[in-house]
Amino acid sequence: MVESLFPNVDWENMWEATLETLYMTAMSTFFTFVIGLVLGIVLFLTAPKQLWANSIVNWLTGAFVNIFRSIPFIILIILLIPFTKFLIGTIRGPNAALPALIIGAAPFYARMVLIALKEIDKGVIEAARSMGATTWTIIRKVLLPESKPALLSGITVTAIALVGYTAMAGIIGAGGLGTLAFLDGFQRSREDVTLMATILILVIVFAIQFIGDWMTTRSDKR
Amino acid sequence: MIELKKLSKVFDTGKGALTAVDDVDLSIAAGEIFGIIGYSGAGKSTLIRLLNGLEKPSSGSVVINGQNITAIKGSELRKARQKVSMIFQHFNLLWSRTVKENIEFPLEIAGVPKNKRDARVLELVELVGLKGRENAYPSQLSGGQKQRVGIARALANEPEVLLCDEATSALDPQTTDSILELLVDINKRLGLTIVLITHEMHVIRKICHRVAVMEGGRVVELGDVLQVFQSPKAEITERFVAQVTDTEDSQETIKNLRKLYPTGELVKLVFVGDQTEQPILTQLIRKYPVDVNIVQGNIAHTQRGAYGTLVLQMKGSAQEISEALAYLNAESVQTEVMSNG
Repeated sequence: MVESLFPNVDWENMWEATLETLYMTAMSTFFTFVIGLVLGIVLFLTAPKQLWANSIVNWLTGAFVNIFRSIPFIILIILLIPFTKFLIGTIRGPNAALPALIIGAAPFYARMVLIALKEIDKGVIEAARSMGATTWTIIRKVLLPESKPALLSGITVTAIALVGYTAMAGIIGAGGLGTLAFLDGFQRSREDVTLMATILILVIVFAIQFIGDWMTTRSDKR
Repeated sequence: MIELKKLSKVFDTGKGALTAVDDVDLSIAAGEIFGIIGYSGAGKSTLIRLLNGLEKPSSGSVVINGQNITAIKGSELRKARQKVSMIFQHFNLLWSRTVKENIEFPLEIAGVPKNKRDARVLELVELVGLKGRENAYPSQLSGGQKQRVGIARALANEPEVLLCDEATSALDPQTTDSILELLVDINKRLGLTIVLITHEMHVIRKICHRVAVMEGGRVVELGDVLQVFQSPKAEITERFVAQVTDTEDSQETIKNLRKLYPTGELVKLVFVGDQTEQPILTQLIRKYPVDVNIVQGNIAHTQRGAYGTLVLQMKGSAQEISEALAYLNAESVQTEVMSNG
């Protein structure tokens, strides 16, 4: 039945491509989370009247975030080819896609982190200061836990966007379901391969959304 | 205990300088409940934040227990803040932590080890009357309960001073009273100095020993609560006192009475302390041939004794009335003739 609907699908290749997509998504989501969090916190704390108020650092970070957030991803990949080659040693395969994926997504996530942190009641930060907390304690014990639901729902949206980015990276040979759909499906006119790759991408997206929603709800005690 | 000297704070707003606190000198004794009252924008919020260094003054100094708060910073200031804790109008609890974890927070900051933290939290939960609610999240608590958590949290590191920033302004009258009672209880039991800011004279009346009235960044009146109630000097103070003693109804009643009884005088008497318990009115009626009609009466209890007002309509000849008033004054009851009939 399945064989007759998808006559051209090589299941072993399809499975390997799925694993590559999952690998790229997981790795890039992890680094995007860490880098985006740091950038977001710096943006938040260096803003006027905040604990590390510093207009120069704030402006530089803001500029970096805005520039990389604005470059279309497909162009960013091409622009980053020399950088990727220097860092990874090759521009092909899942690992080579990671720098572009992370540099493309981290600024996007940094903005979400900033929005999440701005939502925190200023009074709570003031209360922590009044107790004699250091800025580091405030970050660890106030900012992060109090914005946790928004940070989690933000990384969910970002991870889903990253699944889409991996498919685009596939066009330049990153591997994964994007490459498979493009080379095996589109260029060889095998619609069933494209369709199957699409179905698998949808499954991954739905799974991420489901896990993300579950974690967000669970962390929200408001 | 707390000494403010020539304290000023000027904010640099986009449109120019704004003087929030203007040359304030205050001295607050250990174990005192000291109230600062003023309308919003009077500078009281800024003033209380100068006491724990959340705001830096433009000039002047704050000395608490011999330590100059305005001169220290970094870890020394953070250490000092553990002894000058604060509660807030909107409680400012961490919603992501349970009651127990919220109270534990300042102990974590102070570096108290886990096993000692647990014991201390238990003590505090009991002290503020929240036993059984340790594992609830703030969202599951009422406003009054949230403020109790705020108080427990503020007491965790055994502070010497408790700053209350409009701590009851978001609560209903009944809850306000129960929180105020808790504050008085803590003040007596732990000998804690309490500085509170508010815009409600009711709060001052109920728990404060002394009060400072602020307007435009300055302290315009300062004194014992009872004395301020009895003879307010500044116009703004009179308005605050009226919050507690006069009701709109009484104004209305007086107007009606003037119409109903165009004869006689309306006289307002002010009793303070022991006089509130003396049968002065009985003596008055026995001794002087005046007719007395009680229009409105009010008694308020402060930490330093009771304070009462009584509005009377007196009928009689001008001579008789002035003699009656002289008697009251001799009994050191203040009198004020409100209208000529």
